[in-house]
Amino acid sequence: MSTLILRTASNYLLPVLLVFSIFILLRGHYLPGGGFVGGLIAAIAFVLHAFANGLDDTKNLLRFHPGFLMPVGLALAFFSGMSPIFVDQAFMTGLWFPEPFPVIGNVGSALFFDIGVYLVVIGVTLTIIFTISESA
Amino acid sequence: MTQQLILYPLLLQLLLAILLMFFWKRIGAQRIISMLGSIVHLGVSIGVFAYIWNNGTQTIQAGGWEAPFGITFIADTFAITMVLLTSIAGLAVSIFSSGSVISDRLRFGYFPIFHFLLLGLTGAFLTGDIFNLYVWFEIIIISSFVLITIGGEKAQLEGAVKYFTLNFLASIIFLTAIAVLYGLTGSLNMADLANKVAAVENRALVEITAILFLIGFGIKSAVFPLYFWLPASYHTPPSAVSAIFGGLLTKVGVYALIRVFTLIFVGDVFLDQILLVLAIFTLFSGAVGALVQNNIRKVFSYLIICHIGYMIIGLGMFTEVAIAGAIFYLVHDILVKTNLFMISGLIYRIKGSNSMRALGGFYANYPKLSLLMFIPLFSLVGIPPLSGFWPKISLITASFDTGSYWSLAAIIFASFITLVVIAKLWAEVFWKDAQEIPVRPKFRYYHKIKNIKRIQIIVPIVFLSLVTLYVGFGAEHIQTLATRISSELMDNQQYIDAVLNTQISE
Repeated sequence: MSTLILRTASNYLLPVLLVFSIFILLRGHYLPGGGFVGGLIAAIAFVLHAFANGLDDTKNLLRFHPGFLMPVGLALAFFSGMSPIFVDQAFMTGLWFPEPFPVIGNVGSALFFDIGVYLVVIGVTLTIIFTISESA
Repeated sequence: MTQQLILYPLLLQLLLAILLMFFWKRIGAQRIISMLGSIVHLGVSIGVFAYIWNNGTQTIQAGGWEAPFGITFIADTFAITMVLLTSIAGLAVSIFSSGSVISDRLRFGYFPIFHFLLLGLTGAFLTGDIFNLYVWFEIIIISSFVLITIGGEKAQLEGAVKYFTLNFLASIIFLTAIAVLYGLTGSLNMADLANKVAAVENRALVEITAILFLIGFGIKSAVFPLYFWLPASYHTPPSAVSAIFGGLLTKVGVYALIRVFTLIFVGDVFLDQILLVLAIFTLFSGAVGALVQNNIRKVFSYLIICHIGYMIIGLGMFTEVAIAGAIFYLVHDILVKTNLFMISGLIYRIKGSNSMRALGGFYANYPKLSLLMFIPLFSLVGIPPLSGFWPKISLITASFDTGSYWSLAAIIFASFITLVVIAKLWAEVFWKDAQEIPVRPKFRYYHKIKNIKRIQIIVPIVFLSLVTLYVGFGAEHIQTLATRISSELMDNQQYIDAVLNTQISE
């Protein structure tokens, strides 16, 4: 699908969708959203880019294999779940910074868990889609 | 940090899996990490086991949410024994895999998935929440789908389709059962369920739910009418994969059955009768199935089914002695079945065949290896000082006590047929004169591979054989353990108290 309109649009849509995915990720603690949905939206951004510009272009843009995001995300989620153990609380208890940060709001271990999920979802989705479109 | 002790086996397994994923393309590093990690895991499991043995049942509320609402992890003696056995079998198979599985298969993330499988098993044993149990089951079957299809041979895929279909069906039935149970009681915590199910007035619906659980777990543990997927699939993947499947996957179903029917659905005579009948048919059909097979791995597959019957029969009789027998059998069976599939892998490496008719002359050519293989083979039969003998005493005593002579007959019949099957195997493979097997030019025979690989194949077999010998000769220790577990299981109040009266850590 190498239409000029889609190709031009995808260059602008990619950053917009990525920012939107981060917005959804941060919104997710009390409202609909979160790591899973955010990750899917971010993956869609790259898939759209791949549709418009070809798979190789998107791979160059990413620089590393998306599969690498899986262990990184898992590790992040794992250590955010582990962190309460180091301060003598039950596994996966939410730890929070006492003061809210500007823009982001309250930051706690749950946020890092969600970021981990976000990365894993991007990694898994892109790996699956890239593999399928390579073999097709 | 010590109060989180029981989670460490679980977290360590997850950490290993994640670490291995970072080394996705470096198989050499994966081999070493998996092996060292499994050794550490065994150490941790032994430590936690000792702690539970001395201090009694421990619980953790994940996230600090109070018991009936949050997810509980609980380690009583039964759960932690299973975790310990998982890490013993896991260590053996980890070493065995790096020796016997060819690197074309290892390339596709064999080791990370293997550790995800062990993670799922450990989680399933430690959880105290029935929906969480379902989640661990999902992790187990997803990992096992990958392991069973890695390599993608035609026979493998055929086996995998059967395996997938029936296990998926089992998951759906299990999930339905959870949904009905939740509708009845409004709870998912197993201890809380135990209290609430006892108070439900609509007994018919409770019984139906129990039957749904029985079918779901029954497919997974391969009891009588639901076992056909097992012999159709277990002989297709590499023997390292069959070893972990044969040793642990059906046993996690048995574990869940024992857990659910001693904790939640207790004292229902009708259900106990059904369990007994199923167990008798399982013993019978598994034994007869094993008689007519020629492929060694298929023989072992049918023997898995047959011996699941011993554990279910113990559960069906539902006395303290019977359950102690079932637990003892479970311990013995995990070690021996894992070992037997590794042995079938060794035989395959040496001769390039697993057909009993084609094999022969092992005793003349490999006397030391034959002696080594003698241990698990005849432990399975239960020649007296070896490990399979002791649990049968408990089971037979229990069937006399409860007056269920059909069970008695089935136990003895199955033991006898097992003896016949193993004797036939011994005569065909070990004593018969060596046969001419056409040499496969590209096959990596045992005498062609490097010494280090040979060690990696032999050491786990020796290791598990030694543990089996300990179970046989140190039967008193295992019997003490089994008795303690069964008394804990019969008195489900202590489990409930341990979960519901936990102080939340501040």
